[in-house]
Amino acid sequence: MADSAAALSPVRASSGAPPLRMRLSAIKRGLATLSLLLPALTLMLLLLIGPVAAVLVMSLTDYQLGSPTWSFIGVQNYVDLFGDRVFWRSLSNTLLYVAIVVPVSVALGLGTALLIEARSSLQFFYRSVFFIPVMATLIAMAISWEYMLHPQFGLINLMFKAVGLPARAWLSDPALVLPTLAVIGVWQLFGFNMVLFLAGLVSIPQHLYEAAEMDGARSAWSRFRLVTWPMLGPVTMFVVLISAIRSFQVFDTVHVLTKGGPSKASEVLLYTMYSEGFEFFRSGLAATIAVVFLGFVLLLTLLKARFIDKRVHY
Amino acid sequence: MSRRSNGLAGAILRHTVLMTAAAVVLLPFMWMLSTSLKPQSEVFLSEIRWWPHQLAVVENYTKAFEKAPLARFLLNGAIVTLSIFVLQVLVALPAAYALAKLRFWGRSTVFALVLFAILIPPQATALPLFLLFHSVGLLDTFAALIVPFTISVFGIFLMRQFFMSVPDDLVDAARMDGLSEFAIVWRVMLPTAIPAVTAFGIFSVVAHWNDYFWPLIAVNSTHLFTPPVGVAHFRNAEAGTDYGPLMAAATIIIAPLIIAFLLAQRRFIEGITFTGMK
Repeated sequence: MADSAAALSPVRASSGAPPLRMRLSAIKRGLATLSLLLPALTLMLLLLIGPVAAVLVMSLTDYQLGSPTWSFIGVQNYVDLFGDRVFWRSLSNTLLYVAIVVPVSVALGLGTALLIEARSSLQFFYRSVFFIPVMATLIAMAISWEYMLHPQFGLINLMFKAVGLPARAWLSDPALVLPTLAVIGVWQLFGFNMVLFLAGLVSIPQHLYEAAEMDGARSAWSRFRLVTWPMLGPVTMFVVLISAIRSFQVFDTVHVLTKGGPSKASEVLLYTMYSEGFEFFRSGLAATIAVVFLGFVLLLTLLKARFIDKRVHY
Repeated sequence: MSRRSNGLAGAILRHTVLMTAAAVVLLPFMWMLSTSLKPQSEVFLSEIRWWPHQLAVVENYTKAFEKAPLARFLLNGAIVTLSIFVLQVLVALPAAYALAKLRFWGRSTVFALVLFAILIPPQATALPLFLLFHSVGLLDTFAALIVPFTISVFGIFLMRQFFMSVPDDLVDAARMDGLSEFAIVWRVMLPTAIPAVTAFGIFSVVAHWNDYFWPLIAVNSTHLFTPPVGVAHFRNAEAGTDYGPLMAAATIIIAPLIIAFLLAQRRFIEGITFTGMK
């Protein structure tokens, strides 16, 4: 086989086509490459890209799980959704939650990072303590928070009572429930932001501080304003966006602690999607909510990708 | 940050603020532990009591294991997270190698698909995946918990970036020695990539041990519950009456990750933040 290929090759080469042996090895290499990629490609199409396409199509149908027939109904689901007060409540609750969690967790993350970096003692200890909530199972911790927030016997109200403040029904007062969930969200998230800021702080060249000082920046505040803050700009934008993406996905605490209540005061987008899709099995409508959710997250992720690129060039 | 010392006052201020913050952050953990030691009679008190007069450790932890199949939940958690991680590596590494080191028609298209798929949040595809698993009769099985996460496009991206930095000479030399492309992936590339695979592994295991959304949808038999779904189920069954055993269960559920974290803090923080950049 090899001999005949070698014998044929000069003839082939003179007629302009590649020699057979080279073509064979190219085919072999092609097959090897394909077999390396095939599992990943198949699963990617089946489990990620296919389902995204499916969710877009489903949002245009009246499909309900278990019903034998379905039909295309155009944008009727979107019309229904945008006319639904629960949806707007859910969306505005989600945005309000994001609007609380993002600034507070970014500020706390930056503050703790600056304090930790300011001196060397116990750096490692603090960093680890603030990071624990990031990786502790949120569902288990939500149950602990629930007991802490118990109106009568919870630690929080007992502490309030000890300093003479009135006890509150944190999770059943419509005015308090969302801010309370946001506090849990901040508690869980800010350690992650702190670590990102710490990485950003370490990469600021020391000579910039020396230069600022020679130019008369004596106080810690003026050094922060002149050097740290501008140098952290790209990191901060990145942290803001990643916190927004994460807090936009709030679900666990709502599902375990409030079920969206009281009277929809803590209804959030993913919870609405979950209950429409998996409790009432109105798949078409749930898909429509999924599309809205996807739209928001894609927008934030694309913005973030732009900042990653910028940060690389910094 | 400039480390100019403004004397003792600054140091004291720094530690005061950070220690207070640390205490607040640890409060839910301490209260959970403290409650898991209390007998029922000391759970509902109108005063703050950190250390119970009567210890009920043994009762609470035994009750937690008796009332809920906690050991089963932990085992399920281990099976699911480890299977996901192993399958993710098996699928992602060859693809990452092909994208980083081989030239083929359509490479940039495949890479563009990977970049697009990274943008997809997992909750957005839950509905079609649920219907898919429903139609093939795989809901409420281990497969339903594992299969959706076998493809990690982020893992492909991460490993591709890493493989780009591996010198081509290494690959060429392996080919000269007669190694097949598959052998190159597992015997040449994987050993160079151990730090990146470890970081990805920590990220993957933590994310899937803690995941609640998908297991909640995918299974409803108690014997398939992962730790988060299991502890939530236990809490619903108790309806907030028996806090001692419930807190014991919650403590047990978070213990494996917390212990692993305390043993390898630097690796965990690097692994989760470096991969959390996605």
